[in-house]
Amino acid sequence: MASEAVCSHRDPMLKKRDDFEDILEERRNSSDLRYALKCYTPVLYKQLTPCTASDLKNMVLCSTQVHFVIAQVSKETGAAPEEVQAEASSILEEMAHRLQLGPIRFFAFVLCKVFKTLFRSVCVNEEGIQRLQQSIHEHPVVLLPSHRSYMDFLLMSYILYTYDLALPVIAAGMDFMGMKILGEMLRMSGAFFIRRSFGGDKLYWAVFSEYVRTMLKTGFAPVEFFLEGTRSRTSKSLTPKLGLLNIVMEPFLKGEVFDVALVPVSISYERILEESLYARELLGVPKPKESTSGLFKARKVLSENYGSIHVYFGQPVSVRSLAEGRVQRGQFNLIPRHIPRRPSEDVQGFVNDSAYQLLRAQEENMVLKPWVLLSSLLLQNHHQNQNQNQRRGGGMMMEELSEGAVWLRELCRQYGAFLHWPDHVPPAEVVSSSLDLHRGLVTISDGRVHLNLGHGAQKGAGLTAEEELLSQAVIILSCASYRNQALHVFVRPALLATALQAAGSAHKQDVFNTFNFLRNMFANEFILCPGAAVQDFEEACFLLMKTGVVLMEQEEVLVTENGHRTITFLTSILDPFLQGYQVVCRFLCEASTESLTEAQFVPAVRTFIVRLLLSGRLRYSEVLSSDLQKNALAALQRLGAVHKLKREAEPATLKVNTVMVNSLEDTLGGKLPTVKPVASRL
Amino acid sequence: MASSSSGGSGSGSEMQRTAQHRISVIAGHLRRPAEGDVAVRAEECKAPQSRLEASGDGRTVPMKRHEVMKWNGWGYSDSRFLFNKKGQAEFTGKRYKLSGMILPALKDWFEGTFGASLQHKSPATPLLNTSAVQAPTLNQDFVEELKSIGVPFSHEAEDRAFRGHGHCLHEIFALREGKIGRVPDMVVWPNCHNDVEKIVALACKHNVCLIPYGGGTSVSSALECPPEETRSIVSLDTSQMNRILWIDEKNLTAHVEAGIIGQDLERLLNESGYCTGHEPDSMEFSSLGGWVSTRASGMKKNIYGNIEDLVVHIKMVTPQGVIEKSCQGPRMSTGPDIHHFILGSEGTLGVVTEVTMKIRPVPEYQKYGSVVFPNFEQGVACLREVAKQRCAPASIRLMDNEQFMFGHALKPQVSSIFTSFLDGLKKFYITKFKGFDPSRLCVATLLFEGNREKVLQHEKQVYDIAAKFGGLAAGEDNGQRGYMLTFVIAYLRDLGMDYYVIAESFETSVPWDRVLDVCRNVKARVVRECKDKGVQFSPLSSCRVTQTYDAGACVYFYFAFNYRGLSDPVHVYEQVEHAAREEILANGGSLSHHHGVGKLRKEWMRETVSEVGVGMLQSVKDYVDPKNIFGNRNLL
Repeated sequence: MASEAVCSHRDPMLKKRDDFEDILEERRNSSDLRYALKCYTPVLYKQLTPCTASDLKNMVLCSTQVHFVIAQVSKETGAAPEEVQAEASSILEEMAHRLQLGPIRFFAFVLCKVFKTLFRSVCVNEEGIQRLQQSIHEHPVVLLPSHRSYMDFLLMSYILYTYDLALPVIAAGMDFMGMKILGEMLRMSGAFFIRRSFGGDKLYWAVFSEYVRTMLKTGFAPVEFFLEGTRSRTSKSLTPKLGLLNIVMEPFLKGEVFDVALVPVSISYERILEESLYARELLGVPKPKESTSGLFKARKVLSENYGSIHVYFGQPVSVRSLAEGRVQRGQFNLIPRHIPRRPSEDVQGFVNDSAYQLLRAQEENMVLKPWVLLSSLLLQNHHQNQNQNQRRGGGMMMEELSEGAVWLRELCRQYGAFLHWPDHVPPAEVVSSSLDLHRGLVTISDGRVHLNLGHGAQKGAGLTAEEELLSQAVIILSCASYRNQALHVFVRPALLATALQAAGSAHKQDVFNTFNFLRNMFANEFILCPGAAVQDFEEACFLLMKTGVVLMEQEEVLVTENGHRTITFLTSILDPFLQGYQVVCRFLCEASTESLTEAQFVPAVRTFIVRLLLSGRLRYSEVLSSDLQKNALAALQRLGAVHKLKREAEPATLKVNTVMVNSLEDTLGGKLPTVKPVASRL
Repeated sequence: MASSSSGGSGSGSEMQRTAQHRISVIAGHLRRPAEGDVAVRAEECKAPQSRLEASGDGRTVPMKRHEVMKWNGWGYSDSRFLFNKKGQAEFTGKRYKLSGMILPALKDWFEGTFGASLQHKSPATPLLNTSAVQAPTLNQDFVEELKSIGVPFSHEAEDRAFRGHGHCLHEIFALREGKIGRVPDMVVWPNCHNDVEKIVALACKHNVCLIPYGGGTSVSSALECPPEETRSIVSLDTSQMNRILWIDEKNLTAHVEAGIIGQDLERLLNESGYCTGHEPDSMEFSSLGGWVSTRASGMKKNIYGNIEDLVVHIKMVTPQGVIEKSCQGPRMSTGPDIHHFILGSEGTLGVVTEVTMKIRPVPEYQKYGSVVFPNFEQGVACLREVAKQRCAPASIRLMDNEQFMFGHALKPQVSSIFTSFLDGLKKFYITKFKGFDPSRLCVATLLFEGNREKVLQHEKQVYDIAAKFGGLAAGEDNGQRGYMLTFVIAYLRDLGMDYYVIAESFETSVPWDRVLDVCRNVKARVVRECKDKGVQFSPLSSCRVTQTYDAGACVYFYFAFNYRGLSDPVHVYEQVEHAAREEILANGGSLSHHHGVGKLRKEWMRETVSEVGVGMLQSVKDYVDPKNIFGNRNLL
């Protein structure tokens, strides 16, 4: 039931997705100043207890929750309660926002100007806005936008201001506070700042969680935070962080509010501002520290065209209906609710599952632009013809690319992707205008479309082979990040396609076992709801059957004659990840003799991969992505093939179970699984 | 009879004066039945002559209940609400203060709140169709022996149908439609403890199922006959065991037969200058035995205590024999208190026949009061503070905004322009001058009792606390009307049912820190469930805090909706009530504060008292009543 609530938009055939409205259009035709000074009277929560930002602070500091922890801390540390109280107060001071309308109006004015230069359009689904307005009136609301860019939260507030909706308070990382003036400006526009890690600090946790809960319970403002915790550098959704979700669900679970509405918001950029910045970061060039002056240096981005942004406000998800039949709320009856307790196992499981469902809802409503399809095709083409490319310039013919894009467009639609492809324009035009927008990544010469890899070679007298490789990798990773936007559409069918090839048998149970193995292996890489292997398998089978790629005959899964093109496409999508994980496995086996610390892992595996790439034994330079490497390591740790050894005062080292890692590598390499995964019910 | 019913000015002796005063105390609005009004007393007392009778006449409940009371609705046959030809609401009869009065605001409130219309009527079947009542399954041997011991009994359809139900909505709804399910096969009227012993012995001998019947005011399906019961079902009506056997002024106790109903008990004690102070909302009709077997609670428990605090001694006839304590010590450390097996046993173990209760002198002075709060949150905070300082008046109740409005709709026609001008002025002061939002404000009603000086002092203390929470004293009238609402609400439900509106109330007890949460969430849940279940009109979902304790409060919920357009309104209502109970439990409320479990709430017993707890209760049942003679199947 709960999952239906979240995934109600899965099949676009069932319900037409909402229409978008470009909010920049009006801005281009009327005064920005008048807009910034417009009368702003949002609909508020019906049970709102009106209070100011400083009332909020008082409520938090006077709450039984915080008092309890203050007493506890003072007892444990021997510090006077007044001291601890003062500390709590300073934590809150550091954290709290100072939401005011003035700075919002200022931002509205500035952002109008900025958005109009940067973007062609900012499209918002109006029905989503109406649903949101309704929700804000009825229940405390939590906004859960996807996080791909710094723009995200400014954009969110801007949109809400535009539509006369209650402005959110936003959980932001402490790193923003480094930007002096801007940090304060953000604070005044509703950002509150939290430390990135405060593991053991009880007091911090108490103040922070109570602050968020108070804002939610009183209906002060919608609370906004990013489920993914940080910006995704790869455009893939990141594994959800559960801390804040736990906090915002608690008031409902403990009966302090009737319900909480969670609103997944999908923000898709046609071209991401931080595009090459991310690629460099993934390749190991450290990210520039956030600073106001840095922001000004970055203003050259203002001169470029970043296409359009689509913002989809999803169906609000009621925590109450999610929890129905899942969580025994009575479990909070016997202990005073202000005493902090670790969430019980069923609550943890519930929050985790909910987080995945919400992320999937977010993914499903991401609008895909034609370029996403083009970059997928260009990357696959590049890898397939890598060697020839080097000889004769390579690339794809325009017609070939158009034809491929049209084919892929149909496939995407069949799989339920939310594709924004202007149907009234001839495909060739769509393709060329897309390519035009991304001319930093591709060039067109003699009717052939190339990835921009050649430049290095031409002027690259001064570059070493490794430097050249890295500069090419920047382009590849940038392209890959666009391809990744479509991964959630293909990942289940792709896992099945790969399983069909690897299983070595068409028997359904064997295919499922391999599918399950791969799914398990990649659980850190893609958003795959825990415990949903059977559903995922069935969904993949359904999609492949629907598109005529496979046939189900009795207990066999057979690939049809016409299905090979799709199968090839799907397996190629997954192939870089498959090989990447194998390479990490191989590296760990070879490096297992030395004691490898966690911090050394990424640089060491990178060197290893560079060597493989240079010697031509590995095709995919996107394996250089530290994101993939870390995910692979996390997966191996989860599977118990690698252990982290913690010793006093020394960095943690990695202990590799060579036999297991070896066998995982073999299995990934297409050899039959030696240990059959436990046969699940099908 | 002591004082007359005609308004009671300047009657008789000092004694009568006190008694009469006491009557006005009982429920503010109640008038006793007129002399000779209920003369139907067929039986003569067969109790030993040596026994003292404090008083013996003027009992309210005859053997043939249906001659005085409605067979398919609440209360006396002559008292009901109706909309007259002019479309104004009035209350018929002569029994109550409200009787014969016009309530001009009720129609608008009724139509506005429920979207109901006086054009759309859903009248009840006027007469009981006796042929719809199943023929009785009689155990002939049992009947023969019963005749031989001379206990009156009946198997007439009217008698049996009357005792086959309580006052749950689904029970009354079915009766109004003329539907009669399984009902008792016969009714017996024991006259004293010994009669009960004989009946129980016969029932055991002939394997007959007994269902004790007191006032018939159950709201937990406790009186429904289990449809799976194949034995002959005998309803044991205790109404004729209604004497006060003795009063002990040294120890301030009274020994009373358990069939006596609340108003009779209070009236008779008042004649001797005493009272029990136990005043549940149903006290006009509910019986002492019923209170004991459901763990009843009275509105003035702050002074007098709940039923478990009031009883000193209980005598109960079980299939294994009579259970009672050997002395009347005020407290005993003799293992688990056996009274607590009886209190709340809901007729599953035996029949309570006689009870010794604490009594108190009738208080010299009583005063109503009310306080208006800007919102419900402030009101609850005030009640919590009052409970903390342990200075709760005899009764303190907090109505939410919906009920406040409801109460206003029940204001009788004002007699003078001056009164209505004053009302207008008061309203202006509160909403305009003090800035209370009329759609949020709520009111607490108060009742003080004691000697005059202390009452005034106490009153000041409570009003001072209220002032700290933004409360404004709002006069005695509002207070008194609040308590009146309690007594007429059940009559009002019958009015609603004439116009497609069904209603029910339910209660819970909850720790202080969760009072607001339970109120908010349960009210919202009712609204949401009604919507989800296809109710076309927005429901009335309202609550009030009716009792305060050191560690928590009792909360009462009312909900009502217009069921036009629903094919199975009772089913919808049951689903909503079920969901509401789930919500209560999920938010830390109890299964019941004083209504009991019956069959309506059985499904939650295990989660409420734990597996072992249910086992304990079951083993008591197995020992006391191995043949399940008391087979109403309540509780477990």
